[in-house]
This record gives sequence, C-alpha cells and structure tokens, in this order.
Amino acid sequence: MHNFAFHKPGSVADAAKAIGAASDGKIIAGGQTLLPTLRQRLAEPSDLVDLGAIADLKGIKAEGDGVTIGAMTTHAEVASSSVVAGAIPALAHLASHIGDRQVRHRGTIGGSLANNDPAADYPSAVLGLGATVRTNKREIKADDFFQGMFTTALDEGEIITAVHFPKPEKAGYEKFVQPASRFALVGVFVAKTKGGVRVAVTGAGQEGVFRAKEVEAALGANFSADAAKGAKVSADSLNSDLHGSAVYRAHLVSVLAGRAVAAAK
Amino acid sequence: MPTVKMTVNGKAVSADVEARTLLVHLLRDKLALTGTHVGCDTAQCGACTVHVNGKAVKSCNVLAVQLDGAQVTTIEGLATGDTMHPMQEAFRNNHGLQCGFCTPGMVMSAIDLVQGKPPLSESEIRAGLEGNICRCTGYHNIVKSVKAGAEAMQAGKGR
Repeated sequence: MHNFAFHKPGSVADAAKAIGAASDGKIIAGGQTLLPTLRQRLAEPSDLVDLGAIADLKGIKAEGDGVTIGAMTTHAEVASSSVVAGAIPALAHLASHIGDRQVRHRGTIGGSLANNDPAADYPSAVLGLGATVRTNKREIKADDFFQGMFTTALDEGEIITAVHFPKPEKAGYEKFVQPASRFALVGVFVAKTKGGVRVAVTGAGQEGVFRAKEVEAALGANFSADAAKGAKVSADSLNSDLHGSAVYRAHLVSVLAGRAVAAAK
Repeated sequence: MPTVKMTVNGKAVSADVEARTLLVHLLRDKLALTGTHVGCDTAQCGACTVHVNGKAVKSCNVLAVQLDGAQVTTIEGLATGDTMHPMQEAFRNNHGLQCGFCTPGMVMSAIDLVQGKPPLSESEIRAGLEGNICRCTGYHNIVKSVKAGAEAMQAGKGR
C-alpha cells in the first residue's frame, strides 16, 4: 500500500473541506473494501479522509413512517437494531448476512452505497424499498442513485450522511451466495409498498443492482411465491462467469424472489 | 508521522506510525505482539482477528490511525496471569487446532460470537465462524471447543 496523508475531521463540513483540498483524495468509511483495494495498489489516493470521528453520521432512528440510518452505522448495528427489526425486519436480516462477523463490525451502509459493488447487499434494499440517500448537498431517490457498476449519482467529494427507508407493507430478502467468496451470486429484495411491488436484484446484472420488472408485474397482479417463481426473467443483460451463466442467474432471480415473498414480513 | 494512542491489553500505548500502517503491523512489528497472525493478507481468513472496543475485527483490514483512542485486545491479553481464558482452555482440552496458525483468530472470534448469548447450536457456531478459515480443515474440534468454551464462560468461570 502506498502512503497517503490521513485526515480525521470532526464534522461533515470539515470532511468536505479536506476532500476538496486533496489532489486525489478518497473518503474512507469502514474501509472493508477500500483497504483491500489500496493494498493491492488498485488505487493510490493522495489523501484519505476518515469519517469515523463524525458523531452526526452514526445512529438509527424512527422517522415518519420509516427508519433513518446514519451513513457511518455499521452492518452489525443495523442487524441488531430493535428500531430496524420493528419497522423493516428484512433490512435487519439483510444486514446480518453481509460479509462475515468481523466485516459487519467495521463496514458501514454509507460506504457500501458509495462503492456500489455489483454484488453488494445494501443496494438491493435501498432500491427495493425506494429509499432516499441523503448527502451533504441534497437528497437522491434510490431510482436515480445507482448508475451502473461502482457508479453512483454522487458528485466528486459529495458525502452520504444518511439513508431514509420508508416502511413497506411487507418485505423480504434472499440471496444465493457464491460458495467461496460468500458474495451474492444473486440477491433479491422484494418489497410490497403502498406504491406497488418493487423487486431489486443484486449480483446478477452487468450494470449492478436493477429492478426486475417482469417479477414486479407478476407480483403486482398476485403477491405470492408461486407468481414470483413463474415470472420469466430475461438473461440479456445479466452476468455470465465461471460461477454461473446468465440464464442460470435469470432463473435464480425468479426462485429467490419466490423465497423472498415466502419469507416477507 | 502520525502518532496513535490506544489501549492494548489494558496498557496505554503510543506509537509514531506511517498513515498506511495496518493495525496488525502496529501490533506485531512495533508492539511485538506476534500472537496475532497474518494469514491471507486479503481480509478473508480471519487469522488476524482482535477485539476493538470489545468487537471482533480483522486487524489486517483497519488502519492503526483509524483507531486512535480505541481499546484493543489481542490473544495475549486474554489470560489472567497463568490462568488461561475459558475459551483458550476449551481449545486446549478439545484439541481445537491442528497446525495452530488460525487459532488466535478463532479464539478471538469465538469469544465475540458467544459472549452474552444464550447457548448456540452447532450450526449457529459454524455459521458464526464464517469469517475464520482453518486451512487444515480442523473445524470439527474447533466447533466442539467453542461450544465447551461458551459453556465455561456461561458457568461464570470466565468473562
């Protein structure tokens, strides 16, 4: 790992200043993806701006008809939160299955979303629930936030501060893990909301997380596991690799959507 | 060079480190606490697991400078004098190791997994240790050890 200048600001405003002043700075949240990336020298930032000392970015609270989670809240905290379990149990379930125990103690929701790994779990919950990503500049709707693999609507140096999840009528998340890496080969988040059924898929798409419109249509007509399993998902823009073909992944989307509906609470 | 101050195994320590120094390198190279192992060096195997503020983390995947002011416990900090921690004792009694390389990480993860919880089933223990890999594949006795260690901790013999 190349060396860098390290900054640990105490406020979001100071963090924005530090990242703005750096020639090629990176923001570090939990660092569970960024540090391995730096160690492989896949990135060589001039500066790292650590958000770990900013108290405003941590914590979970009930807000309106839903839950707001601070960007620096860890996966373990979301998994064990009674507020999350009460409002959106599927979200607590999802958080409790990210990475492994040690990773969940460091990794954060803000870091996961800003990174937008195509096989990460959180993007499917944010898109599936129609959440709102709050930053130091604005609010971004989930449908506008994810813009392809490792790409988001965030501007250079823009900092996620929190995510607001509206409470669905019911939601479920199921993933099929790649046996070695434990990343989602396919993960499906299903939410029955007042505005209709939303189905978000991670792990399968060439462009990262996406909504499975075929499954949404089937579940909109009949919210049942059988309806989800019967929905035909196109393999056209899905990943194909040694772990599974696009056709296999397309099949998994329907199967997992069915399981997510069966498990939905 | 940044200065980091933290408490390691109950002792206040202060060290000048490069910003890029990982916690595991501070522990091993500066503080000579070589019980914490570097296995895969890619944050997968869990051999480097220590407790930071009471929670298991991979010390090869966190910068020392991120942990200014933290409480860190390594495998060396578990025993009380000559008395091993009940989880260490359980690994010894159940032969919960083959080559022993993954053992410090397994013990640190196991304590974090079972602490303050009702007794876990064998499958819960196996799932709970997914962040630790034993290349000898000696999981059978590791799981037995964790079960026994948890029972000993519950019985109030330990912490």
